[in-house]
Amino acid sequence: MERSLTSARIQQRIGFSLLGLVTFATVLPVLLIIGFIIVKGAPAISWEFLTAMPRNGMRDGGILPAIIGTFYLTLGTAIFSVPLGIAAAIYISEYAPDNFLTRLIRIAIINLAGIPSVVYGLFGLGLFVLFLRLGTSILAASLTLSIMTLPVIISTAEEALRSVPQAFRTVSISLGATRWQTIWRIVLPQAMPGIITGIILGLERAAGETAPILFTGAAFFLPRLPQSPFDATMALPYHIFVISTSVPGMPIQIQYGTVLVLLVFVLGMNLIATLIRQRARARRQW
Amino acid sequence: MEVSLRHLKRPEESALDVSRRLQKRPRWGEGFIQAFLFFCGAVSILTTIGIVYELGKEALLFFQMPGVTLLEFFTKTEWQPTVGRFGVLPLVSATLVTTVIAMMVAVPFGLGAAIYLSEYASEKARKVLKPALEVLAGIPTVVYGYFALTTVTPFLRIFFGDAINIYNMLSAGLTMGIMIIPLVASVSEDALHSVPNALREGAYAMGATRLETSLQVVVPAALSGIIAGFILGFSRAIGETMIVAIAAGAGPNFTFNPLKAAETMTGYIARISGGDVAYDTPDYNSIFAIGLLLFGISLVLNIISRRISARLREVYE
Repeated sequence: MERSLTSARIQQRIGFSLLGLVTFATVLPVLLIIGFIIVKGAPAISWEFLTAMPRNGMRDGGILPAIIGTFYLTLGTAIFSVPLGIAAAIYISEYAPDNFLTRLIRIAIINLAGIPSVVYGLFGLGLFVLFLRLGTSILAASLTLSIMTLPVIISTAEEALRSVPQAFRTVSISLGATRWQTIWRIVLPQAMPGIITGIILGLERAAGETAPILFTGAAFFLPRLPQSPFDATMALPYHIFVISTSVPGMPIQIQYGTVLVLLVFVLGMNLIATLIRQRARARRQW
Repeated sequence: MEVSLRHLKRPEESALDVSRRLQKRPRWGEGFIQAFLFFCGAVSILTTIGIVYELGKEALLFFQMPGVTLLEFFTKTEWQPTVGRFGVLPLVSATLVTTVIAMMVAVPFGLGAAIYLSEYASEKARKVLKPALEVLAGIPTVVYGYFALTTVTPFLRIFFGDAINIYNMLSAGLTMGIMIIPLVASVSEDALHSVPNALREGAYAMGATRLETSLQVVVPAALSGIIAGFILGFSRAIGETMIVAIAAGAGPNFTFNPLKAAETMTGYIARISGGDVAYDTPDYNSIFAIGLLLFGISLVLNIISRRISARLREVYE
């Protein structure tokens, strides 16, 4: 097969330039969207916008209840999903024997990760709101978001636990530590940065989700801040949905301002997760 | 645990007896902890069962209502539960149109980015681009939905004029495609990355350029993993709610014209949730039937995707 080296080189250069362009084009929208929202939303941000109650049918005033609500929901999700998720990951990575039940657990986790978030919302409505009679409340919404977040936390925590070298466990047990002592004092601390990164990424998703809280805890408008976990709450993502679809004559600035606040909230969590991961990678000695 | 107990062995004992003798002291705490951890692990199974039960129970109520039959549900093209029209096809068609549009964006861009990142990009470029893709994946979908309605649709109006509705499937689909790119890209990149270097080196030795190697050797070798990624993306697009709820339209419409407004399965569920729907009404029961349908679709797609990617692992590990 005859062919000139130069034409192959040119072909290659063109090909990879195109692929590079495609890659750039995938990152471009994110920069565009974020930039656009910052430019349009920044003028709306003021101390009053962040700390005042909405006025005039939400067309005026601030978005404090939505900010507080998203904070409560994220916190509530963390309370339920973090201990449960880490415990499940420890079981799967450190204890589970290789049998049918373990495989079933694994398959269940993978499948749960692929279920649409709106289906979790329906499940939460059926189980927490109606059957357990929690009503549309912060508690019911947090539980629903926890169930949705669990697969993310479990799989990242499991990966972090598995990446701790086997020698650490062997040495600890050979020194007379029990299995749990080994896990608690040796394996878990080593895996912690990876676990925390996974937790933050999972909670980030929960904070930005709208569909699961539609039926379980989100309120259109509330004149006061939630007083207990059994109150419904406003939340930033749901607030965006509401003001962009169901409130006529909504000032565009408030819309963009709300989107910007949510974006800062979520991407701030993302940034923290990235920083933790990078620092842990730099300090890791194995 | 690879700990040799041979030096502790008495003549009459087997290795098993030795380990038993050394473990004589019962440790209730350890056993309790293990049981607790097992329970936490089993929560995922309980959740799966719970979802099937909960959705199934309510969906059953829906199908027991007078005038609702499975045949009508899957074949009729009108969806108005309040007036007794129970054909799910308009919702399915809208889901299909938006999903196909999304895949037409996500597949070429996601795969292109994956090939570039895995086969060509310098370490420096990877360090910038991969976190950027992760940020893209972290943006809440309600933000994408808002972006679709306020930016993408007006942009499309420049080209289509009044032919395109304010709420339309094209804008929602395109935006959903952007949302899915990171998922497709990262799964595909993993697949490309797992192709052994020997294949690349073999191709170079035959005189192939890097581009030829990437496209004609590495991509075919990773194909099952790449397709698994496409299926995951497809599944995500079908279940995506907020983008279509905001931008695609609020009202069932049996059409395959992407310029028209139409409500998807997820969009319908979201809209019903917005109003104060009384329990045990057709509207209320119907969202569970549709939820069950969504659950079934994503379950099947998940299983197919896992089967396909397991094949890739068998070949190279």
